[in-house]
Amino acid sequence: METSRYLLSILVDDEPGVLSRIAGLFSGRGFNIDSLNVATTDDPDVSRITMATTCDAQVIEQIKKQLHKLINVITVNDLTEKKYVERQLALVKVHAKPEKRAEILRIVDIFRCRVVDVGHAHYTVEISGDSGKHQAFLSLLKPMGIIEIASTGAIALAREMGK
Amino acid sequence: MKLTGAQILVKMIKAQGVDTIFGYPGGATIDIHDEIVRHNDLRHILVRHEQGAVHAADGYARAHKTTGVALVTSGPGATNTVTGIASAHADSIPMVVFCGQVPTGLIGNDAFQEVDIVGITRPCTKHNYLVKDPDKLAATIQEAFYIARSGRPGPVLVDLPKDILQTQIDFQMPEETHLRSYKPNYTPNKKQIAKVVQMVKDARRPVIFAGGGVISSCASEEITRLAQMARIPVTTSLMGLGAFPGTDPLWLGMLGMHGTFRANMSIGHCDLIIAVGVRFDDRVTGNIAKFAPHASIIQIDIDPTSIHKNIPVQCPIVGDCKTTLEHILALMEKQTPAQLTVERDPWLAQIDQWKQTTPLKYDQQADVIKPQFVVEKLWEITKGQAIITTEVGQNQMWAAQYYHFDRPNHFITSGGLGVMGFGLPAAIGAKAACPDKLVVDVAGDGSIQMNIQELMTAVENCLDVKIVILNNRFLGMVRQWQEFFYNKAYACTNIENAPDFIKLAEAYGATGFRCTDPACVEDTLRKGLDTPGTVIMDFVVEREESVYPMVPAGGALTEMLLV
Ligand SMILES: Cc1ncc(C[n+]2csc(CCOP(=O)(O)OP(=O)(O)O)c2C)c(N)n1
Ligand SMILES: [Mg+2]
Repeated sequence: METSRYLLSILVDDEPGVLSRIAGLFSGRGFNIDSLNVATTDDPDVSRITMATTCDAQVIEQIKKQLHKLINVITVNDLTEKKYVERQLALVKVHAKPEKRAEILRIVDIFRCRVVDVGHAHYTVEISGDSGKHQAFLSLLKPMGIIEIASTGAIALAREMGK
Repeated sequence: MKLTGAQILVKMIKAQGVDTIFGYPGGATIDIHDEIVRHNDLRHILVRHEQGAVHAADGYARAHKTTGVALVTSGPGATNTVTGIASAHADSIPMVVFCGQVPTGLIGNDAFQEVDIVGITRPCTKHNYLVKDPDKLAATIQEAFYIARSGRPGPVLVDLPKDILQTQIDFQMPEETHLRSYKPNYTPNKKQIAKVVQMVKDARRPVIFAGGGVISSCASEEITRLAQMARIPVTTSLMGLGAFPGTDPLWLGMLGMHGTFRANMSIGHCDLIIAVGVRFDDRVTGNIAKFAPHASIIQIDIDPTSIHKNIPVQCPIVGDCKTTLEHILALMEKQTPAQLTVERDPWLAQIDQWKQTTPLKYDQQADVIKPQFVVEKLWEITKGQAIITTEVGQNQMWAAQYYHFDRPNHFITSGGLGVMGFGLPAAIGAKAACPDKLVVDVAGDGSIQMNIQELMTAVENCLDVKIVILNNRFLGMVRQWQEFFYNKAYACTNIENAPDFIKLAEAYGATGFRCTDPACVEDTLRKGLDTPGTVIMDFVVEREESVYPMVPAGGALTEMLLV
């Protein structure tokens, strides 16, 4: 079967061990996690997990059902089925030789990123966007020499009203 | 009211209607055990190994249609429960396991007898808890029972640090459990019900396939009505045996690797499967790609993950088996019998022909006892009324094939995990639940040695169980695979160096009988069953008998090895 990328938004009880239950479910059943992001929500007892995974249609159905079966999982929302906004934040440290600085700043400008740290021989750039934007940005910076990257997983919300 | 954590635990267990628990003490549970013995209305059965406690709780839960409870200490006590918990998880048995734990202040410090049992059992429990706040103790216990027995049942573990058990706190009965993140759906979708009835009317060669879910939702009456109303033949999984009378003409026998010829052929040729409370395990489907090639499938299950997991189904229904069948029956009653049984005669005739040409069979000669003969005689003598537990292997399959189960909750076996050593402690649990019933463990000579220490539990507590050993001096089921698929190279399966089971019985204060002659099988059974107390009957049987039919792993159900 054909695989594609799915983005799940999962609300869970904010209790110890919840993340381990979810990670254990994925490893135990051989499901794949591309990225994972966990943080609290406006309700202090509830956390939101945003998870990206690549699989086929039958597997995503099992993933959703199995997640839902976990006692601490409140809702599982498959954003891929609807319109949603997605963001991912990354910090990219890149070599910035004097003759390349102007070009880096131009790229930063085009992508509406920000330089958040400047050294004698490097810039650290903050970029926020969906994964496509990240990929495009990184491919342009690559020739300059990327030193290191720290990136969050994707976070996302459905565009419609309600949770 | 001020109570200690241990007092609260006992109070809450009793509040759940539990009157018997199976346990083994240690440093971390002394407070609980000290409290328990003060309560005449809560029986604590001291097992001889923690694995035994969990299997006994399993047997108790199944025989009594209730929730089993086990209580063990921290560290090794807790790790010894893992096999039993995993078995109950695979078989969806409602159970709560309480473990002592080191004091909260020591958790994470590699303290003496500390293990992360919540971490260890996360994948083999329905849910589990570490109680860190004494104020949440009572509500957590109540929640544990609620989760264990609702929805698709399963084992829940509660880890109890020693300081929590000793702390005095204000006790209040918790309010009714309500979880926003856990709301099992019992009621089926109405539209799907109409679709089921239409599919039954359209079918020419339907089969009902019932599983453990029918037993756990107490729906065998409804299954039987459905079958009889629309004249649909019935097969079951191992876990479903007893859901439909094994003496009814519509009975096909068990399905799967060691299913009957007619059951496997029926699935191969049917045009509709009504699957109720099953999960299409590989032992039942054989090669998935060749499973039921001509059939549409209706699947009814309380657990949405069971549906579409291994097999695509045309009519999925999430709901309690009993409730769903009630809805279906109500709508079926509005149809005429003729509408529900179109062209049924040729289908039933075909099945009957399969039954005539290729029945389950064995050939009992005068010299050596056939294990199947022992089980069939046991069935005759007990009139099919005993609760049968089994060990694992050939003994389990022969019990399934030849004790023609007529009623639910009378066949107790480790189906999903296949745990050798399950049968004896499970029989003890069943006997504790149903003291007036005859309880028989159909055992293998290998498996019985895995929890043999529980003989002492049976004898001490006058929980009389009768153990029928089908003694082939082999790890027989593995030997059978070696015979069929490994050129008869019997590597590591010969167990003829065995204890004398008669002396062993006597050493524990039980009684033992040996039988080597086919002519004496019946006598030995009668004597063994009539002798008061716990009894071992050691039947020395044909060494290299095999279980037939057999669908080789990965083969199509209709491609069976036959005698
Ligand atoms: C705890 C455990 N270990 C190993 C196995 C693998 N196994 C399955 S059947 C079997 C043989 C059982 O021998 P016995 O109890 O004598 O039964 P028989 O098949 O001979 O009737 C074995 C070793 C198992 N199911 N459980
Ligand atoms: Mg054996």
